Amino acid sequence: MFRTVLAVLFFVGALAALAWVPTQFGAYGVGLLLGLTGYVTLASAWALFSGPTRYVSLATVAFFGIGAYTVAVLSETLPYPVILLVAAAIGLCVALVVGLATLRLAGVYFVIFTFGLAELVRQLVTWYEVNVTGTLGRYIFLPISGEQIYWQLLALAAVTIGIGWAIGRSRIGLALKVIGDDEVVAAHAGINIARVKLTLFAVSATIITLVGAIQAPRWTYVEPSIVFNQTISFLTLIMALLGGANRLWGPLLGAIPLFLLFEWLSANFPNHYSIILGLLFIAIVFVMPQGVLAMVEKLWKRPARSVPENVPVGKEVVQ
Amino acid sequence: MGIYSRRTIMFALGAVVAAAGAGAPDAAAQERSSVKIGYAISKSGANAGGAGITTIPNYKLWVKDVNDAGGLELPDGSRLPIEVVEYDDRSSSEEVVRSIERLATQDEVDFILAPWGTGFNLAAAPIFDRFGYPQLAISAVTDKAPEFVKRWPRSFWMHGGGSDYTAALVDILAGAADEGTINRKVAVISVAEGFGIDLVTAARADFEEADFEIVYDRTYPPGTTDFTPMINEAAQSGADSFVAFSYPPDTFALTQQTQVADYNPKVLFLGVGTQFPSYLAANGEKATGIMGLGGTDVSNPKVMEYRKHHEEVLGAAPDYWGSVVTYATLQMLQEAIRRVGLDRGDVTEELATGTFDTVIGEVKLQDRQFRDMWWAGQWQDGQFVALAPADRPGASKPRLPKQPWAAAN
Repeated sequence: MFRTVLAVLFFVGALAALAWVPTQFGAYGVGLLLGLTGYVTLASAWALFSGPTRYVSLATVAFFGIGAYTVAVLSETLPYPVILLVAAAIGLCVALVVGLATLRLAGVYFVIFTFGLAELVRQLVTWYEVNVTGTLGRYIFLPISGEQIYWQLLALAAVTIGIGWAIGRSRIGLALKVIGDDEVVAAHAGINIARVKLTLFAVSATIITLVGAIQAPRWTYVEPSIVFNQTISFLTLIMALLGGANRLWGPLLGAIPLFLLFEWLSANFPNHYSIILGLLFIAIVFVMPQGVLAMVEKLWKRPARSVPENVPVGKEVVQ
Repeated sequence: MGIYSRRTIMFALGAVVAAAGAGAPDAAAQERSSVKIGYAISKSGANAGGAGITTIPNYKLWVKDVNDAGGLELPDGSRLPIEVVEYDDRSSSEEVVRSIERLATQDEVDFILAPWGTGFNLAAAPIFDRFGYPQLAISAVTDKAPEFVKRWPRSFWMHGGGSDYTAALVDILAGAADEGTINRKVAVISVAEGFGIDLVTAARADFEEADFEIVYDRTYPPGTTDFTPMINEAAQSGADSFVAFSYPPDTFALTQQTQVADYNPKVLFLGVGTQFPSYLAANGEKATGIMGLGGTDVSNPKVMEYRKHHEEVLGAAPDYWGSVVTYATLQMLQEAIRRVGLDRGDVTEELATGTFDTVIGEVKLQDRQFRDMWWAGQWQDGQFVALAPADRPGASKPRLPKQPWAAAN
C-alpha cells in the first residue's frame, strides 16, 4: 500500500515537473516535447489494445486522422473543448463499429484489415469533401500555442498510462492475459473474449483520436493526404515494439529514444534518413523482438535462472 | 573519497556551464563569416517528387551561384558566403513546423526558405511570422493569398491561385470557340486532392460564366492508373475540349491512354507534369499541341540562359512552370539583402515595396503577391511556351485545334 502511494506521489511529481519544463525552453524545445509526448501517447494507447491481445493494428492513423479532421471541420463553429468531446465521440463510435465487425479476424488478416481501414476512412472523407462540400483543404485558425498543446498531450499521456496501470490490476487485465496466451482457453474459462477486446480497442482508439485532435491546430491547414499519413501508424508500431508492447512503461521507453533518434537523423542525415530508418526497423524486429525492457530483464535475470518468456507480440510481425 | 569530491565535480561542471553560457554572446557578437540560410523540405515521403523537381534544385543552384560569385553582397559592398542548414520534413506537417522552429531558435539562421506545397507553407506561416522571418511561399497555389498577407504580414505568395489558372484556360477556350475552332462543350476530370478540387471548383464557375457547357465532370481518386472508361465517356460526350486537373503520374498515364484510345479532342489540357522536361522526353513529337498549367516565356533570352545554366550545373532541365519563378524569387531576396543588409524587418519591407531585376524581368510585388505568373502554356516546337495572359509581351499564340495523334507519327 505504502509503495503504491509512493509511486502515485512520484508519478504526480514527475508530471508536475514535466508540465513546468516548457517554460524553460524556446519554441523548438516545446515542439520537441510536444512531438515526443504525442508519440508516447500514441504508442501507449496502441499498446493498451495490441500489447495484451497481440493484435497488430495499423489503424492508428485512421483514428488520428479522424481526430484531426474533426477539429478542422468544427474549428469555426464550436468551442474548442466541445470539439474535443465530439472528436472523442466520433472516434469511439467508429472504433465500436469497426471492432464489432472485425475483432473476429486474427493474425495477418487483422493487420491487413486495419491497414485498409486507414485508407477507407481517408477515401470516405475525400469522397464526402469532393461531392458534398466541394473543397478538400480545410483551415484551422485556433489561437492555441505549442505549450497548450503540449500540456493537453501530457495530460492525455498520463491518463493513458494510468488506464494501462489500472487495467493491469483489474479483472479485465487478468482476462486479457489469458486471451493473449490462448483464446480457446480463455473462452472455456468463461471470459467474454469479444467484449473484452472490443472495450480495449475502443479505449485505445478514442485516445488515439484525441491525440490527432489535440495536435491538429499546429498545422493550420489540413487535407486527407496530410492527416492520413501511414507513416504515423508505422512509427507508433515500431516505438511500442521497441519498448515492449505488453509492459506498462514499454511504449514510453521505446518512443522517447526513437523519436529523438529520428529527430537527430533528419537533422544530420536528411539525405539518408529513409535508408537508416529501414535498417533500424529490421534491426529492432530481429535483434529485440520482445522489446528493450524484456531484453534488459532477460540480461538481468540471466545470472540467476533463465525464465521462460512469453511469445512476444513482435513475432507476428517477423512471421 | 579520492581527490575529486562530488562537490568539486559539481562546482567544476557548474563553472563550465556558466563559462559556456557567458561565452556564447561574445562569439555571436564577433565578426560574422557567413550568412546562414536554412530550409526544411520534403526529401522523402509523398511530396519528395514535387519538391525534387521545382524547389530543391533551384535552392541548390542559387546557393552555388551566389557562393561562386564570392557570396551575398551587403550594402557596404562586402560579401559573405552562404552557409546552408537543410532538413528533411519527411512530408509531415508536424515535422515541417518543428524543423522551422529549429531553424529559427536553435540554428538561428538569418533567413529561412519556404517549404514545398500549399499545405506546408500554410503550416509554416505562423512560425515564420512569430519569429519575424519573411516567408517567400513559392510552391503554394492558393486563392486566399490576399487574406493570408493580412493574417501573416511577413508572408509573400508567388504562385497565384487556382482561379487565376482556370480563368486563363477558359479565356483561351472562349477565344477559340468565338472563332469557331471548337464547340462550347467541355469534358473535365480532376484528381481528388486539394489541388485538383480547388481548380475544378473554380473552373466550373468560370466555364459557366463563359457560356460553356460541362458535358462530362468526374473526380478520380489519387493513384488511379486506368483512365480508359473516363476517356471513352469523354469521347462520347460530344465535347471538343478535354481538361484534366491531374497530378504527374495521372498526366503521363492520360497522355498514353488517350493515344491508345485514339481520342482526339481539339483541346487537350492536362495538369501538373505537362510542364516537366521529362514529359517531352516521354512523348516527343506527340506532346505538340498539348496544353497545361504554367508555361515559360521562351522569347526572353535571360530565361533561356537560366534554363541552359540550370541544365549545365544540375544535369537536368528545369520545369516550365515554377522553377524560373523560384530562382527569380531567390534573386529578389539576394538583391534585397544587397540593398538593406541582413535585418529581417528591412528585407521584408524591401521585398514588399522594391522593384527587382530578375531572370524573368522586372518584378514588383503587388500586396506581397507575385501576379505576373504565366497561367497556361502549350507544347509548341519542343518547348512549353506561355499562352496566357495573352496581352503580356512574350506570350505565344495558342495553336488550335491540336493535331490528331495519328498525324504526329
